[in-house]
Amino acid sequence: MRSLNDSALARLQEAVDAPDLEGTRYRLIAKLGQGGMGSVYQVEDRTLARDVALKVINLADGRNEVAARLLQEAQVIARLEHPGIIPVHDAGTLADGRPYYTMKLVQGKSLEDYVRDLDVMSDRLRIFLRICDPVAFAHAHGVLHRDLKPANVMVGLFGEVLVMDWGLSKLLTGGAIGSDAAAKPADPSLPDKCSAPGTDHGSVLGTLGYMSPEQASGGGQLDPRADIYSLGAILEFLLGTAGSGRVPRALSAICEKAMAAERNDRYSSVPDLAADVAHFLDGLPVTAYPESAFAQAWRWITRNRTWLLLLLAYVVTRALLIFFRSR
Amino acid sequence: MQIMSDDTSIGGAQQQFPLTRFSVIEGSRSEHPIERQRALDVLISAYWKPVYKYIRLHWNKDNEPAKDLTQDFFARLIEKRLLDRFDPSKARLRTYLRVCVDGLVMNTDKAAQRQKRGGEIDFSPLDFESAEGELLELPLAGNDSPDDFFAREFARSLFGLAVDRLRKELEDKGKAVHFQLLELYDIEEGGKQLTYDEVARRFGIKPTDVTNYLAYARREFRKIVLEELKAITADEEEFRREAQTLLGVRLA
Repeated sequence: MRSLNDSALARLQEAVDAPDLEGTRYRLIAKLGQGGMGSVYQVEDRTLARDVALKVINLADGRNEVAARLLQEAQVIARLEHPGIIPVHDAGTLADGRPYYTMKLVQGKSLEDYVRDLDVMSDRLRIFLRICDPVAFAHAHGVLHRDLKPANVMVGLFGEVLVMDWGLSKLLTGGAIGSDAAAKPADPSLPDKCSAPGTDHGSVLGTLGYMSPEQASGGGQLDPRADIYSLGAILEFLLGTAGSGRVPRALSAICEKAMAAERNDRYSSVPDLAADVAHFLDGLPVTAYPESAFAQAWRWITRNRTWLLLLLAYVVTRALLIFFRSR
Repeated sequence: MQIMSDDTSIGGAQQQFPLTRFSVIEGSRSEHPIERQRALDVLISAYWKPVYKYIRLHWNKDNEPAKDLTQDFFARLIEKRLLDRFDPSKARLRTYLRVCVDGLVMNTDKAAQRQKRGGEIDFSPLDFESAEGELLELPLAGNDSPDDFFAREFARSLFGLAVDRLRKELEDKGKAVHFQLLELYDIEEGGKQLTYDEVARRFGIKPTDVTNYLAYARREFRKIVLEELKAITADEEEFRREAQTLLGVRLA
């Protein structure tokens, strides 16, 4: 029997799992990453002479439900045309029988890596608002993401914020994607559960720590408030890793409301959550944090301190002038 | 024996990879000695090196006792029909075999084993020298758990078998160059230092054929690996999980 050292074994393992691109317009360049459902490769589109990302299910996961899930992911992304969601270019089946789709190749950093160099809290909150945009757009079109977490948010080289990995997304019944949406309710043949990084097939999908209690329990019908919980957890992550020390109580209250155990206590929509964060940034009251009269006055003073200082300077100057003239 | 699984979807609807014609689990439970012998042959070819290395390193046995224990293990596996007790819903075959090895080593009675060994079972000579050579290349004092070590050595053994089979099949088809290209790029890593033109000149083929031949060899290799694995797993779920382990994909 042929003896194989560790590096030869690793190369052969990679060769076996690599997508068979025979008969396609793509040429394999490098593996970019691997998740629970599939792997993503950088490939060259030889027809258009550009590099794109190709996602394909793992070789060992040739099961119909996983293949269906990948196709659904491609269809969901293709229909959600939004600057915060990576566009899909193409989909099909490889010579080795595995389904795949290609999408725009984005170079950048995951949110986790990006915010390491971003200490200013207001900058982090603006990033958060840009995460909310595509999620709100998806909800408006009847799609739940169901696996929102920092690792699934990418910040591109030009500062674009992209919500990635819609592999666990769910089309809500009656969702309105595209003009024919009403004719395309959720496919009942698709499993409600599938694999995710850190989970096995048939177990609860999603990522612990960012998953709402109702999603973690695996029971009940999920609605947009499950994603709102995850967004609250992302906001908490952004605030918790900021280097600016104490988190303002209003922001803590926004997190607590978004991550309420009982979903009726959460924000009813992503725009409501985003509006509260935007209000905080503008120094306005937030719905999640009822203020005392003193706190309202202090916030008003803080927000208008420039004008107040000018007014104070004017009053002091006038007083001094009156004082010296009167002598 | 035909146990082609209807629900196997690896290879997709086109069935690029018609998976297995034979399973060691079924064969080992057969009433026919020939079937059982065949099952043993398949099992030994895939597992003897992992078992030997595991006994040598994990149980810290010298090479001669390890050789005896390795052969005893496979003899007992069939004579005592240990595979009849294997329940795929409880463990992978690989894990079950490792636990059986542990039991054998702990409870061994060398004299009795030597008497029993070689009864109705026909052993092909095992190349223990090559296994010893591979042991020298293994990193010392790794942090692998026994199961991780056994899994990695099982993967090494299975891929080694698949390489041998690929070479033979491609040579039989008159495609020896295809295999040599895979050998150059994926086994010896020599291809990275050469341009396609240099590789083409070396093998007397067109530069455009280099990638095509290599892709063909890799495709055939993938098919063989999956077939070999299918033969030594009990069901679709175990096959899927073992394929993920073999391909370096870890499940939680």
